[in-house]
This record gives sequence, structure tokens and C-alpha cells, in this order.
Amino acid sequence: MSNQLEHIRARIVSGLAAASSRSIEINGDTHIVRDLEIDSLAVMNFILALEEEFDISMPLERIAEVETVDDLVATVAALTQQEART
Amino acid sequence: MSLLDKFASVKPQLKALAATGRNPFAVTFDEILSATEGVLDGRPTILLGTNNYLGLTFDAECIEASRQAALHHGTGTTGSRVANGNYADHRSLEADLAAFFGRRHAMVFSTGYQANLGMLSTLVGRGDHLILDADSHASIYDGARLGQAEVIRFRHNSPEDLRKRLRRLEGRRGGKLVVVEGIYSMRGDVAPLQEIAAVARQYGADLMIDEAHSMGVLGERGRGLAEAVGVEDQVDFVVGTFSKSLGSVGGFCVSNVDDFDLLRLVCRPYMFTASLPPAVIASTRCALSRLAVDTGLRARVGANAKRLYDGLSRLGFDVGPNVSPVVAVALESREVAVSFWNALLDSGIYVNLALPPATPSNHPLLRASVSAAHSAEQIDRAIEAFARIGGELGLVWPQMRAVAAG
Repeated sequence: MSNQLEHIRARIVSGLAAASSRSIEINGDTHIVRDLEIDSLAVMNFILALEEEFDISMPLERIAEVETVDDLVATVAALTQQEART
Repeated sequence: MSLLDKFASVKPQLKALAATGRNPFAVTFDEILSATEGVLDGRPTILLGTNNYLGLTFDAECIEASRQAALHHGTGTTGSRVANGNYADHRSLEADLAAFFGRRHAMVFSTGYQANLGMLSTLVGRGDHLILDADSHASIYDGARLGQAEVIRFRHNSPEDLRKRLRRLEGRRGGKLVVVEGIYSMRGDVAPLQEIAAVARQYGADLMIDEAHSMGVLGERGRGLAEAVGVEDQVDFVVGTFSKSLGSVGGFCVSNVDDFDLLRLVCRPYMFTASLPPAVIASTRCALSRLAVDTGLRARVGANAKRLYDGLSRLGFDVGPNVSPVVAVALESREVAVSFWNALLDSGIYVNLALPPATPSNHPLLRASVSAAHSAEQIDRAIEAFARIGGELGLVWPQMRAVAAG
């Protein structure tokens, strides 16, 4: 499970780094929109890619709660676990 | 500290835009002369960005119908249909719409935006699932937010991704509603509706299509994409607008589901707003009857769309995957798009400038919408302007301009 969590985190950090025009270090507390200056459209497109990769659907209300990298990692992890159970 | 501080980032953007010419979000015409001509900054301008697909805004019969309705029924209804009463013509328009679409029920809203807001926030509720195409119009997203259903998106125009999403929902409780558009408003691309309908049906989901940009444009009788591809019986709800092909304002939903009329008492964006004024209802009914009998309108808008699409495509512009009355040129940079748009206006051509994040991809768009009322000469003038300005901005090679002219 922790392997899976690390995999999710690594994938999210590399994806966000590619989408951001700013070259700052990304950690768990990094605010996706404010710190990385990624616009809402790019965030939504990135989430579509994550959904595809991890075979999950992330409801809009869950996306709306995501602010930091940690939030996104936790949401993807929770949905991945939920899918694995069903 | 002001409540508006959170929008502070908009200000420099607007300033930067204004510095390069006009504010594209505050265009004000001095005059509108016809369905295809206006005056802007004192300059005669071809209107190529007003969604006036059939060019009926100046139809003499529709104007006269509006005039008579205002004379006999007054300027406004001053209230909601539920609280303050219906006018007979609201009912008549609903009967006309139901007949036009060959469906049992119709419900009229005061705008197309409200039709989506109302239907989506009401049809699905807590415990239900709403599955939207990712490129859906803002009114679809806002309707989804207003309701209590769980909302997920599928990749734009991808029946395969929709299938995955519905498969994951298998065994979950609650109703499922899939929402797509006939023609997507920004790029003019068309939904693969047969495939989407088949997937929705396979997984027991209801299907809604927004035919805002395809009503009057697609289908033998102008009912839209569902008619054009022969899947009307697999579409549970059709929403649309009066503000495009029908040349007025308002929205609607038609359906065959039982007890449809119950929605009138539970749908807040229907209940708590003023109903459409008599003049609007009258011109809408007139335009709808024109649309039903005058198939030449559809042929003309189709031919004009093809003329513009082919002309711009030959110049090497990226005009999207489908020929439709929405012809949108995707450009690489924001700066080029803004300069291009200003130069088109200086040449007397009005199109829409759409900038990310209001565009489906990261590309800015010069979005044209073609009308049945445009003459071939007007379309050609627009193509020539695109060729000339594209050349000046280094986007179009001279030999391409020659090809387009030929």
C-alpha cells in the first residue's frame, strides 16, 4: 500500500512539475493553483489523466476540496482503494 | 481589504488586453443593421460571431408577430408562471416545441442557461450520478453544481472513457444521467452520439443532449444531432435554446418521460424567475414555424459553413475536426490571437476571441459562427481578411493565400 502511495505521489509531483511554468520544489504542502500557477483548465486536464492512469473517477465535489499536493495524493489514494474493494 | 480582492489577478490581464486594442469582452455595436451586418466604432462590420445560425433576427414576419404580441399582451409578464400565472402563449409555444421534436412534453425556461440549470439540478439528486462530457458548457457545469448528485466527467467525445466511467458505477445505487452537446460551442465539433447512446443504454443510464448549437442546423427537420444520426428514441431529454437558430431568447427541455409536468413544481430555476415576455414568445413561435417549413435555411447555413471551413482550412488554419456553423481557428499564442482579432475588426469582420481557460484546450480561438443569411461574398471577404492578416502575422504563406483566392 505504501508503495502505491509513493507511486501516486511521484506521479502527481512529476505531472504538476510538467504543467507548471514555475521551477519551484514541489512538496506536500505546495498549493496547486497559487504556488504552481497552474490554471483551472490545466488542473482539470491533469486530473483526467490521473483518472485514466489509476482507473478511478474523481467526483467534482472531491476535486473542489483539493488545494495542496497532499490533498490530491490523498484523494487519488482513497479512490484507488475504493475501486480495489469493489 | 475588499471582497473583490480575490479577483485582483483579472485586472492586469484586462489592462494588458486593452493595451493591445479593444476589450474583447466589452464589444459594443453602434448599430445592428441586419442579421449579418452591424456598425462598430463607426465602421460597417460583417457579423460573423453572433450564433445567428438561420439569420431570423430580422425576419419581417417574426418582427410583426412580436409587435402584435406587445400591443395586445403588454411588454412583460411581471412574474413567474407558477406563482403569477401562465399566458396562453407560453402553453402554445410548449405545444409547438413538443410537436416539432415529436415528443409528448415540453417545458420552456427564460434562458437556455436556466434550462440546463433547472433540468440538471432537478432530474438527478442526492445519491444519483451525473456523467458530463468534460468540455460541457458552463451552464451544464453550473446545473451540476446546483444539484446534489455526484458529478463525474468523461474525456471529451470519448465513448470509451464514458464506458469506463459507467462500468465503475455498476452496482452503485442511484440513477445515472449522461449529458452531451450536439455541436460543442467553442470548437464546433460534433458528439459521436450513436456510440455514446449505445454505451449509455448498455449501462442503464439516461441520456440528455443539449442541441443549443445544432437545432435548426442538423437533421432533416432541424431537430439537431439526435435526428441527424437517427438516435432520437435513445435520447431521454433534449434541451436547447431560442437564442441561436430561433433568434430570440429562452430555453427549453422536451421529453417523453411520464410525469414530466411534475418538474414544474420542483424545478427552482423554472419556478423562481419571471417568464418570457409575450413579444419573445411570439417571435420564437414564428421562427419555429419557419424552421419547420423552410428547409432552405438549413441548406444555406450548411453551405456557408462549408465555404468558410474549407476556405480557412485551405489557408492552413486549424479549424477543428468537423464542418459546422461554428468555425473556430485555433492559434498558438494569446498575443497573436489578440492582434489577429483586433486586425479582423479593423477590416470590418467581427468574430469572437476566446482565451484559455475559457477554451477547451490551451489554445486561444478566433471563433466564427456562420449564418444562413450570410452571402457568399461576405464569407469570401472574411476568408480574404484571414489570409491577409495571417500573412502579416507570419501565419500564412503567400502561396496558400493564392490557393484560397482560387
